[in-house]
Amino acid sequence: MEIFVQQLINGITLGSIYGLIAIGYTMVYGIIGMINFAHGDVFMVGAFLALIAFLALVAIGVTAVPLALFLVLLIAMALTSLYGWTVERLAYRPLRHSFRLAPLISAIGMSIVLQNYVQIAQGARVKPLPPLIQGGYTLIDNDVFIVRLSNVQILVVVTTLALMAVFSWVIARTRLGRDMRACEQDLKMASLVGVDVDRTISLTFVIGAALAAVAGIMTLLYYGVIDFYIGFVAGVKAFTAAVLGGIGSLPGAMLGGLLIGLIETFWSAYFSSEYKDVAAFSILIIVLIFLPTGILGRPEIEKV
Amino acid sequence: MNGTVEPILTVEHLTMRFGGLVAVDDLSFSARPGDITALIGPNGAGKTTVFNCITGFYKPTVGMIRLAHPDGKTFLLERLLDFRISQRARGSRTFQNIRLFQGMTVLENLMVARHNPLMLASGFTLFGMLGLRTFTNAERAAIDMAKYWLDKIGITSRADDPAGDLPYGAQRRLEVARAMCTEPVLLCLDEPAAGLNARESAELNELLLFIRAEHATSILLIEHDMSVVMEISDHIVVLDYGVKIADGAPAAIRDDPRVIAAYLGVDDEEIADVEAEVGT
Repeated sequence: MEIFVQQLINGITLGSIYGLIAIGYTMVYGIIGMINFAHGDVFMVGAFLALIAFLALVAIGVTAVPLALFLVLLIAMALTSLYGWTVERLAYRPLRHSFRLAPLISAIGMSIVLQNYVQIAQGARVKPLPPLIQGGYTLIDNDVFIVRLSNVQILVVVTTLALMAVFSWVIARTRLGRDMRACEQDLKMASLVGVDVDRTISLTFVIGAALAAVAGIMTLLYYGVIDFYIGFVAGVKAFTAAVLGGIGSLPGAMLGGLLIGLIETFWSAYFSSEYKDVAAFSILIIVLIFLPTGILGRPEIEKV
Repeated sequence: MNGTVEPILTVEHLTMRFGGLVAVDDLSFSARPGDITALIGPNGAGKTTVFNCITGFYKPTVGMIRLAHPDGKTFLLERLLDFRISQRARGSRTFQNIRLFQGMTVLENLMVARHNPLMLASGFTLFGMLGLRTFTNAERAAIDMAKYWLDKIGITSRADDPAGDLPYGAQRRLEVARAMCTEPVLLCLDEPAAGLNARESAELNELLLFIRAEHATSILLIEHDMSVVMEISDHIVVLDYGVKIADGAPAAIRDDPRVIAAYLGVDDEEIADVEAEVGT
């Protein structure tokens, strides 16, 4: 029981991070039908930018943790958005009207470029960050087992929920969201009623990258270490989450992220931590066999 | 053409080739402002290709397409890229198959078409984020305009339903309304009456005549349904195998022997002549 509660807490935290990244995959897929394989690496860049911003702030004497955290959030989101925008502009937009595989290959290339760029610029070694947010609550404490809910976990989950709420509101209620949904449904028609499609697509990448940056900060705070390779694994997991939830569906991405996080932690706790990735991907395969469009995905209706 | 009026749309020497296939061959015609101009012809005559050239889907192989606004500004449509045709030149179109944003509500479909004025009012998102008065007012104006058109096409009560759930005829009218929400100077309709029953078709005619009467919008129309074409158009251009075979008022077109031949085929005796020539 205690183990279960503890793993539930851990799983939700991890799942929140996956969910934030998965939104980036699902949005881009929804709007231009392409898997942005570089998205995981944009997340990694976000984590690095956050780390650099932290160290810079400390160097100029901003040491109050809440203020520093807030500034880091803003800086990392802004700069990572710039990365997201640039990736789209350089690697995908010129290939927009090319054959379908071209931007996909370009995305894989971009992923490798970003990884190597960070490896060269920052070194291959693991970068640590001393725990900034300490403490937490002990929920259950018997002699055998202690269930803890740390402040970092609370921060991760609350921030994620808040961001997802804001984001869902933007999509459902604002002009930008309306344009994005229109582009998602029919790119050509959206441009014919006057929507600047290129700009809307750029903004999609920017928003996806900003959310990935937040996920990067969360990872940094939660694990305390990052390296240039975290983008690959997290990216693949988040992509899996997006597919599991139904690619193209926003609530699906959030749900998928949560599920992947939970599956992973529970599997590690009860079976074996070496095979946690195998478990996550096996579940994906099983779900796709029975629900090819994912849990919340809509079946593709052929246009006549 | 009664020379004094500057045509709103002038197509000159338009040719579109797809590899070896010549879909449109040296087509020239013009449409007068305020008119409903119909483009007709048998299947495969190249009507939709002409539309695709006018609305920026295709880049014509040869030719010039000029759109003149009432205020004197002119645009060369073959040089503008997709969304700019709607944004600057203010040409709008619908498709043979309905292309609404099916999953969005009826109201949202119309609101998307107000993208450009809202974009300006929102100071490219910034004012909108700050919630400034200019943006909220513009948003309200956009909703008012959408309501006006919903009222005109008679589906106000279904404003919040997904567009895909509307009956077919209402979807057609919604498409026209959405195109009108971009406040076009030229409205291009590709077979708007396709698949409509007689009553829906009559409702559509009424809507188009209303647009011509009340709004400064000229209409270019592709249509197979002769009851629609003959009833509402002021001017007809007939295409066959990519070539213009007739151009004039409905009454003249109806009696034009070349048009009748293109639509109904040639007489039996002529077939006999042809067969004799070929030697079967």
